[in-house]
Amino acid sequence: MADTKEMKKVLFGPILDNNPIALQVLGICSALAITTKLETALVMALALTSVTAFSNLFISAIRNQIPSSVRIIIQMTIIASLVIVVDQILKAYSYEISKQLSVFVGLIITNCIVMGRAEAYAMKSPPLMSFLDGIGNGLGYSFILICIGTVKELFGFGTILGFEILPLVQNGGWYQANGLLILPFSSFFLIGGMVWILRTLRPEQVEPKE
Amino acid sequence: MSAKKETLGKTVGVVVAVCLVCSIIVSGAAVGLRSQQQANAKLDKQTNILTAAGLYKMGMSSDEIDATFKEFVQTRYVDLSTGEFTEKPSEDYDMYKAAKEDETSIKVEGSNVGFQRRAKVASVYLVEDEAGDVSRVILPVHGSGLWDLMYGFLAVKADGQTVKELIYYQQKETPGLGGEVQNPSWQAKWDGKKLYKDGDVAIEVKKNANPENPYSVDALSGATLTSNGVENTIQYWVGEQGFGPFLKKQAWRS
Repeated sequence: MADTKEMKKVLFGPILDNNPIALQVLGICSALAITTKLETALVMALALTSVTAFSNLFISAIRNQIPSSVRIIIQMTIIASLVIVVDQILKAYSYEISKQLSVFVGLIITNCIVMGRAEAYAMKSPPLMSFLDGIGNGLGYSFILICIGTVKELFGFGTILGFEILPLVQNGGWYQANGLLILPFSSFFLIGGMVWILRTLRPEQVEPKE
Repeated sequence: MSAKKETLGKTVGVVVAVCLVCSIIVSGAAVGLRSQQQANAKLDKQTNILTAAGLYKMGMSSDEIDATFKEFVQTRYVDLSTGEFTEKPSEDYDMYKAAKEDETSIKVEGSNVGFQRRAKVASVYLVEDEAGDVSRVILPVHGSGLWDLMYGFLAVKADGQTVKELIYYQQKETPGLGGEVQNPSWQAKWDGKKLYKDGDVAIEVKKNANPENPYSVDALSGATLTSNGVENTIQYWVGEQGFGPFLKKQAWRS
């Protein structure tokens, strides 16, 4: 059994010290597409966290049985099954949001974070630690998504989770919404900004000059 | 990764076992959750129809929606070529699925509404008031916007001429620009507009439309192509090829 300190490191390390988006630069495409509103970003973060955690758990549990020649295929099969299950659950219990997320839940399959953690961590570590690692990386992804989703929804629509914070000009208020922030690619600037902030706070994350 | 796991038999065995377990989990989830998903899809449709009917109130529970729908809304089927009511073509009839089959659909000609074929028989929803008289007729409409087809319901008063609501429930327009077709303040601009002038389709969507003009609706700013799409959609569906004959005949009166 690993000690608590190690578990804490695996669980909370990916949030700031080893963030999957900001440092490992994985899973960017979905972070661009679904952060227009905070609500969809939250559901997506939850879906990805559960898929990463459980795929790590299952892959780690059978890691000694997986023949290395077909290991990627087996990882994909497990990940794809979990993603379909998550998609079905969303359709059953959160129909509105699943309509908005549309293909992006399915695209969790191709999210590099899930695959990357399965290959890099779960294949070598015991199930419990792998599960925590999955949750930790999911939290790191969620952290960035929530930050970006908040900024984009607040300044793009003047709302947070649908509640009006800055009254829009269209509805008789004073705030002129920033149209750029509604478009998916504005996340590039925001993610870039977050990488900058993180690396200013933690200079050890800066890559050495080649 | 020791060499002993690399025998062919073991590799195949592991692959088959993993696939079996995964397929059981996936099909279990799909079958187990299906009824819930179908209920959601039905509820979503009923909610949209009730919104177009003006009967939807915020925070209605699913039971209330179902009860209100059953009490005030009647689903009927219209043969679009004659404008007469007809029998329900099949048990689970869906006009958007029927539009894909050659026998149940016809080709769209002379309109850039954005789709190639439409169903011969359309579903319409008659909204009754407390006295049992038809107060609104809800017509399903769809047509292309800027990015993709937009699906909605057009609610017309029992005179077959005056618009009450235009509700889009499925669209992929740019949020904040074309996506404003779902903004209640824009939807409200359709209330009271007239569809026909001297028997011809006269409704239009144009920039800086005079709100007093009963035939034109102000276009969405920054979304010219979406506004054009809405105009084409409405003009097609209330025109001769769409619900025109049905609206003129007013079959719901008999």
